[in-house]
Amino acid sequence: MELFKGVNVDWMGKAKYFAALSLILLVVGWASILKNGGMRYGIDFRGGTLVYVRFAGPAPLDQIRKGLSSAGLNDSTIQTISDNVLGGGSQNDVVIGLEQKGQSDESTLDAGREAILNVLHKAFGTADAGGKPDFNSITKEALAAVLTEKDPLALGAAAGDRYNQLAQRLLAARDADHSGIVTSFDQLKNVDGVTPAVLNTLNNGFVLGNFTIRNVEIVGPKVGAQLRHQAFWATMYALGGMLIYIAFRFEWVYGAAAVIAVFHDVLITLGFFSLFHYEISLTVIAALLTLVGYSMNDTIVIFDRVREDQRLMRREAFPDVVNKAINQTLSRTILTSGLTFLTVLVLFLMGGQVLRAFSFAMVVGVVVGTYSSFGIAAPIVVLWNKYRGQGTAVRAGSAADKRVVAAARR
Amino acid sequence: MNSQLRWKFVLILIVIVICLYGLLGLPTFPTSLTQVKANLADRIKLGLDLKGGSHLVLQVQVDEAIGQRCDQAVDQLTRQVHEKNIIVGDIRRVDDTHIQVDNVDSNTSGAFRDLISTQFSDWTSAPAAGVVNGYLLTMRPTVVADLRRETMVQALETITRRINALGLTEPTIATTGRGDNEILVQLPGEGDPSRAKAVIQAGGQLTLNRVADDQPYPSEAAALAAKGGVLPPGTVIVPGKSEAQSGYPTQTVYYILDRAPIVTGQDLRGASPAPNGNNPGQFEVRFQLSTSAATRFGPFTEAQSQLSPKGRMAIVLDHSVYSAPVVNSRIDDSGVIEGNFTEESAQDLALVLRAGALPASIKYLEERTVGPSLGADSIRAGVRASIGSLIVVMIFLVIYYRMSGVNAVVALILNLIILVAFMAIAGAVLTLPGIAGVVLTIGMGVDSNVLVFERIREELRNGKAPATAVDSGFHNAFRTIIDTHVTTLVSAAFLLLFGTGPVQGFAITLIIGLLANVFTSIFVSRAIFDWHLSRKDRQAELSI
Repeated sequence: MELFKGVNVDWMGKAKYFAALSLILLVVGWASILKNGGMRYGIDFRGGTLVYVRFAGPAPLDQIRKGLSSAGLNDSTIQTISDNVLGGGSQNDVVIGLEQKGQSDESTLDAGREAILNVLHKAFGTADAGGKPDFNSITKEALAAVLTEKDPLALGAAAGDRYNQLAQRLLAARDADHSGIVTSFDQLKNVDGVTPAVLNTLNNGFVLGNFTIRNVEIVGPKVGAQLRHQAFWATMYALGGMLIYIAFRFEWVYGAAAVIAVFHDVLITLGFFSLFHYEISLTVIAALLTLVGYSMNDTIVIFDRVREDQRLMRREAFPDVVNKAINQTLSRTILTSGLTFLTVLVLFLMGGQVLRAFSFAMVVGVVVGTYSSFGIAAPIVVLWNKYRGQGTAVRAGSAADKRVVAAARR
Repeated sequence: MNSQLRWKFVLILIVIVICLYGLLGLPTFPTSLTQVKANLADRIKLGLDLKGGSHLVLQVQVDEAIGQRCDQAVDQLTRQVHEKNIIVGDIRRVDDTHIQVDNVDSNTSGAFRDLISTQFSDWTSAPAAGVVNGYLLTMRPTVVADLRRETMVQALETITRRINALGLTEPTIATTGRGDNEILVQLPGEGDPSRAKAVIQAGGQLTLNRVADDQPYPSEAAALAAKGGVLPPGTVIVPGKSEAQSGYPTQTVYYILDRAPIVTGQDLRGASPAPNGNNPGQFEVRFQLSTSAATRFGPFTEAQSQLSPKGRMAIVLDHSVYSAPVVNSRIDDSGVIEGNFTEESAQDLALVLRAGALPASIKYLEERTVGPSLGADSIRAGVRASIGSLIVVMIFLVIYYRMSGVNAVVALILNLIILVAFMAIAGAVLTLPGIAGVVLTIGMGVDSNVLVFERIREELRNGKAPATAVDSGFHNAFRTIIDTHVTTLVSAAFLLLFGTGPVQGFAITLIIGLLANVFTSIFVSRAIFDWHLSRKDRQAELSI
């Protein structure tokens, strides 16, 4: 099978439109960023507290809000998160956020979480269940201790490690098969080693809480600033390294063009982040780095071909050489980008909530990164050649002239 | 098959065997499928973000230790100046590393300078700016640096001992490499870090001091007033809780204690929790002293018990009096800390006492807890998505490139095996950003193959024979592949050097993946092509 055979597009002739397109994308994205008062940083870079809670049913947002405000946590945020990006799915997960109060106060790092947990326990807790422990938040040790005490398998002193293992299996079933929250003990009856007696013990000895804490993130404000600083500089150094390598392998203008194109990709992706209300977290930084690598890869493939064709096509004008190189590699560009796009699209749709922001950056980044190789990086090199006067002017001259120039350049 | 090709396949086979062994054959060679699964789960180390657990970053307040050193120097200097009859005005600490001495009498200033240069070699002295006959002592920068380093080492050791004593599975305790005074504590599988945090943060500085004045005071001012506004030399005021009396809530009271302790935490030989005999349900912590400490403690307690009324001894933990019991008789080598302890808190205090005191206090900068259920969900979603997309990509490659597509699929699978195996062998941890690295690796793996294939097609279109087309296709694509891979490797190396945690995780996966990629897409894929060609007529059509 073969698509894209013998394509012949004048890409460099359309450079003006590419510039306009990029400009529009940049302006729209960054207008959104400015409108929102800057980039939306996640907890990693901002400092603060996030508590991810899963409820047994649809999350009672109003009740949570009421509980939070009656505890004086008015500056908290509540957001439902869904595993399914296409909407629908369960509405059981919420994330409760709290800004870090005071810029330098690292000693009260814990207070936010304590406050949120207090609110949750007060509003939805099982404290009135006659002191029975909550199965949905119990630790393995505590569960094993209760099982050993109640001894539903009548093992007596011979129990040994059996109840520890049973507790571990029960909790593994709770966490891995039921996402951390069990709504009825019958859901556990297929767990290895669970007998009716065990189920009975569970039924009588435990209550099933309405919620479970899935994840807690607390970052001090100083650390947030520090992480931001460090991620920024690591990326800058990496870009600098790439620039030097490409300059060494090609010419410095190629390195500069590739780096400018990559900057362009990152800036546009950040704009899209703001437009679609995603937050910048450390994982997103990893995604941005991935797209930097990806876009760079794409650009080099084209530059490589330009270098090769330049040797073969000594008579043609430089823009034509670049056009030909892009056309020759177009098939591979579209194939590779298409397949990578497919991969990250699947990741975005099916990868779950944790990978959501990451794969969103990749989906945008793959498209923008591919486009920038021929839309931004290549025109910059062409423009530079023209500016330097060696593009059209010299190449249009006689073959003899050209040989002299080529010799001088060597 | 010619001999060169045969050697290529032998080499590829060796690589595969090593990778599979490194991935599945350790720690014990498997004999059943369940063991293979167990080995795999054991070998692929998942990061906390995928496995669940707690991640704490804490900061050791090293400046405190420096300040303490400064305070000690002030104390020592005051005493020495007094002993040597050097006449000075005020001696005070300016900040953590500076001491100012006012009004050194000009007749004794020579003796003063002598004293500094002989007894206080950690300090440099210079005339204080704008103060007549004043001196400013500065702690030498090398001493400060050493002290910082020692404090960090000691804090790391102490925290390690404390965490290990908690008996959690595979905790990691290390410096973060981010700031020079930060420590990273990772507790895999620990969904609630509050107990570990309390144990880490406990100061654990135990001292036993003589109570200089028998009665406690309701406030610091009252204690001072009772002494006519000036504390007797060598004593300090230390807060504590009043003894529990039924019907009265405990309140903060102030004791006047000897500054110099009789014994300190370093003299402890052991500490253990025990039920409190007087209050059922409550616990206390019993401690034993070393023999050398007992030789001081015995005579001291004997002297206290013979006073009339009998003297008291304060048990001070982290600058707060836990209790100040009357010493009834001689005690040689043991004691009890009473307090409102539960079994667990008594256990934890005993643990902290055994592990030794922290050289400076601790602040938490960062705390992340990933519940086991979230970790399980992200793995499931991530793996499902990765496998799903990989299958789609592979099907497409086979449709588009036919037999050569199969080639690419083999190369891709081998690439993944090498990547995962090398991570297992190197003990690298797979994190969420690491999965990002895998995605980029797969992307570049597909790209390398597509580059080669498109180039071969081009050469075929230009009328070259299959063998020549394959040869020049690989030859031309080789340069591009090397350039793209080296560029990405350069950036990954920088990220590894300058990045932190997640960024580094990304870089490690990427570096291993890219190296594997160069091997599979150039060496392995080429070998398979050559094998195809060697079995066919030279002019037969290539399935591409």
